[in-house]
Amino acid sequence: MMVNFSLLLPAVLNGVTTGAIYALIALGLTLIYGVLHIINFAHGSLLMLALYAAFFLYTLAGIDPYVAVLILVPAFFVLGYGLQRFVIQPTSHGRDENILLVTLGLAIIIDNLALWLWTSTTRTIDTSYAFEVIDLGFAFIPLPKIIAFFGALAFAALLWALITFTDLGRAIRAVARERDGARLVGIRVEHVYAMTFGIGTAAVAAAACFLLPTFYVTPQVGYAFVLVAFTTVVLGGMGSFVGALSAGLLLGIVESLGGLYLGESLGQLGIFVIFILILLFRPMGLFGARA
Amino acid sequence: MLLEVDRLEAGYGVVPVLRGLSLHVASGEVIAVLGANGAGKSTLNRVLSGLMPPWSGHVRFEGIETTGQDAAAMVEAGLVHVPEGRRIFPNLNVRENLELGSYRRGRPRRRQNLERAFEIFPRLKERTSQAAGTLSGGEQQMLSIARGLMAEPKLLILDEPSLGLSPLLVEEMFGLVQRICADGLGILLVEQNVMQSLAIASRAYMLENGAFTLEGPAAALLENPQLKKAYLGL
Repeated sequence: MMVNFSLLLPAVLNGVTTGAIYALIALGLTLIYGVLHIINFAHGSLLMLALYAAFFLYTLAGIDPYVAVLILVPAFFVLGYGLQRFVIQPTSHGRDENILLVTLGLAIIIDNLALWLWTSTTRTIDTSYAFEVIDLGFAFIPLPKIIAFFGALAFAALLWALITFTDLGRAIRAVARERDGARLVGIRVEHVYAMTFGIGTAAVAAAACFLLPTFYVTPQVGYAFVLVAFTTVVLGGMGSFVGALSAGLLLGIVESLGGLYLGESLGQLGIFVIFILILLFRPMGLFGARA
Repeated sequence: MLLEVDRLEAGYGVVPVLRGLSLHVASGEVIAVLGANGAGKSTLNRVLSGLMPPWSGHVRFEGIETTGQDAAAMVEAGLVHVPEGRRIFPNLNVRENLELGSYRRGRPRRRQNLERAFEIFPRLKERTSQAAGTLSGGEQQMLSIARGLMAEPKLLILDEPSLGLSPLLVEEMFGLVQRICADGLGILLVEQNVMQSLAIASRAYMLENGAFTLEGPAAALLENPQLKKAYLGL
């Protein structure tokens, strides 16, 4: 096959912009997994909910999705905190397999509520900048994708700084490995769990705001992303921050190149081929430590 | 009185472990609780530090009723428990471990206390950015105590600080406990190492099957024939 750089380069750049969104969604998932040691099955449903929230903020209140970040990130942080503190924790009685089922149940409830309230109609928003394109000299990239890329990276950087340099971040990492030790320095572990769930949910809200101008929303939209996010987390190594970030970008490129060479509908094929290969040959992920 | 414990009972499920313990600790003194494995030492510590609630009885800290309060509240009040098995954060580096020591209490003077911790434990200073899980057992024990001191405790509960240390390090550890106590805080030293604990404690309690069978000044206990027979093999 001829390698045509005038096609390849834009495809890679497009892939990177999608990948940044994947990474952001995966960061939330991997953070929750790393600290609470649970797979949050409701992650995709929360993404869908955030997309609807951004959609209605735009259509009903005229608030641009990029501005809505400032509203939805705190709102979904509170939602995530509340879900963990008042729903998941009390109903799971501290058993990991229960938590799994509770998040699965939450996903089913949220998805069906959305279907009931908003039907399965595919909805999109029309913004003035949706079709604006930036000429980079060697490639044309849609403006919303560039904003999404830098927005997602900026949010990831903020998240990293929070985890690395603040007492809350240190407490989150401490609780992930040593719960009793954390209690003995005065950390309220249940509070830290809920903060972690809140931060993971806030990441999903940010991703939704960056995504909406170039995407659509239906009650099922979460699944497309959460499957890729699971792959990202596994590829990057469960619980690894750097891993999730690089794996997200990588999978974005793989999908975009797959779409270029195999056709748009087969774009995600490469992602799941990688998923299976990783599970077969490197189950700890690219950046994960051997358990 | 710094800590007063009155007829404390606690256990797991329906199994009683502590059967009515009463003890007291004042500021500036080292009090030893001695007992073999399974006597209830760790359960006593867990109840005192708020990791588990008692079944009945009272705990008063600085004269204030604190029975049943959680660990965060106890740390806030100034009661800090350095647990058996260290419980350091293996994935965080030494400095971060120490910083978290002042998560709930002592935060305004974190920088000064960090300096002081490095002064007391110079070996930790050489390893500030090393992951705590890679430290040797002795260094982890020092880190665990140093982390406890970061909260500026009024009462420090030390749970088996000599466990798993070489004889030379055990010596050093008991010396350190004395040095820390000289700063005016109270220390509840919970140990299996009877001889060395009695050497630095002012009073001691012998814990057997969840009850105190002997108590009194350390010097008197050292002469007690029952204790000599049971623990010193004399």
